[in-house]
Parts: sequence; structure tokens; C-alpha cells
Amino acid sequence: MIRLEYMIEGGDFINAGNASSSLKKELRKLELDPALVRRIAVSTYEAEVNVVAHAYIGRMMAKIDNHSVNVIVTDEGPGIPDIDLAMQEGFSTASVRVREMGFGAGMGLANIKKNSDLFSITTELNIGTRLEMTWFRDHATKEADGII
Amino acid sequence: MKISEILHITGGTLKCGEEKLHLEISHAFSSDLLSDVLTINRSGIMLITGAANLQAIRTAEIAEVSCILFARNKKVTDEMIRLAEENGLVIIESPRSMFGISGMLYQEGIKPLY
Repeated sequence: MIRLEYMIEGGDFINAGNASSSLKKELRKLELDPALVRRIAVSTYEAEVNVVAHAYIGRMMAKIDNHSVNVIVTDEGPGIPDIDLAMQEGFSTASVRVREMGFGAGMGLANIKKNSDLFSITTELNIGTRLEMTWFRDHATKEADGII
Repeated sequence: MKISEILHITGGTLKCGEEKLHLEISHAFSSDLLSDVLTINRSGIMLITGAANLQAIRTAEIAEVSCILFARNKKVTDEMIRLAEENGLVIIESPRSMFGISGMLYQEGIKPLY
């Protein structure tokens, strides 16, 4: 099993995306299926930008083995008052600054869910949020586990 | 259509990626919204955008875009060029509007993603 860990600084739009880009490069080196790498890259990048846009500090922890890729993104921040609302496409609490950059369309969490095989989100107001995403490396594994 | 031809017909200026001018582009996507760029499901396309910031470069790299064309006379910074070069992206600046560029390229046979 390979473990990778990256720190994410809240408000740091200069470096936003470095973590998911580094992870993507590692996954490419491991010769994972390119379509799978893209889905992981999109999900982790959206999660990373969410931390930068909304939280104070966060961490991305990836575990890669022959069976699956698992990524947990945790942050210290305000938390999410209404997860169902946050998951709705188009709903956004992004600041003006974030929107000016081209983010804040309210698609982030929905995009993450769409691009991952398993997705869970937990949050605590004034503490932070935790996202967990899992991808199965082969279709047969997904079927055997009753996922699809 | 080769990137060099796109550069010519859009009245564009190449900012980096000289070594990739011969690359063929078959599809393009126009958007100023970076989350929409992340829905791109095909590698090696051209992104036409007015979102001239560092995150546009990063988003394009994640989405595996080959070439970014900044419309509406938007200027790229040295930082953006550095990030693009690190990731093998081609960057073009064009004074034309997004609609103008999209229409031009569509007429020349560049296909939409959807």
C-alpha cells in the first residue's frame, strides 16, 4: 500500500491544486487507468479548492493499493450548516473573490460525488469537514462488492 | 486542425508551448466557469476562456486540456506561463471574443464536446 499526504492552506489560491496535481502525477507513475486517474484528479481538485475557498487549513490523505484508491480530505473550518443544500448543483456560499476567479458555481460537491465510486461527507459547525472518496481499480471488484 | 493554424486564424499570440504547434486539435470547449471545465471528459482538447488566472491553468491541467486560448484580450502572467510550461500546456492570447473564436473554429471543423 502506498500512502501520500498533502497539506492545504486555506485562502492560498496561488497553490490551490498543487496537492491534487501531485497526487495525479503519482497515480500516473503507478500506471493506473487514465480515465480513472482523471476522475480521481477532478474529485480531489474540487475537494482541495473547497478547502482553500472555505476553510482555514486542510489535509489530503491518499491510500493506494491493488484494489482501490481512497482519499480523505479533512479541514479545520466553519463546517457546512446544511449538507443537502451544499450538495445541490448551483448552490454556493463562495465569496465574491472566489467567484471572480471562475469558481463558486456550486458544482463542486456534486462533481465529486459524480466522479467517485463511493463518497461520504461529514461536518461539524465551527470545527470542520471531512470528505472521503473511494475508487475501485477494476470493474469486477465493484461488481463483486455489490457496488454496481 | 493544427494549433499553428488555430493561432493564425484567431489572430492569436503564442505565449508558451512552441514545441507543440504541430499538435492536432479536434474538439474545443468554451467556458469562463472552472467547475464546468472539470466536466470535460476528453483529453487533448482546446479550452477557450476569459478566466485569465493561475487556477485556470491548474484546472486545465487537471482536466487534461492540451491548449488554452484566452479570449477577449485577457493577458497571462509570468506565473501562469511557468505553470503551463511545467505541465506541457500551450497558451494563446487572442483579442477576439469567445463567441467569435468559437464560431471561427467551429466553421473550420473543430467539434464541440456536446
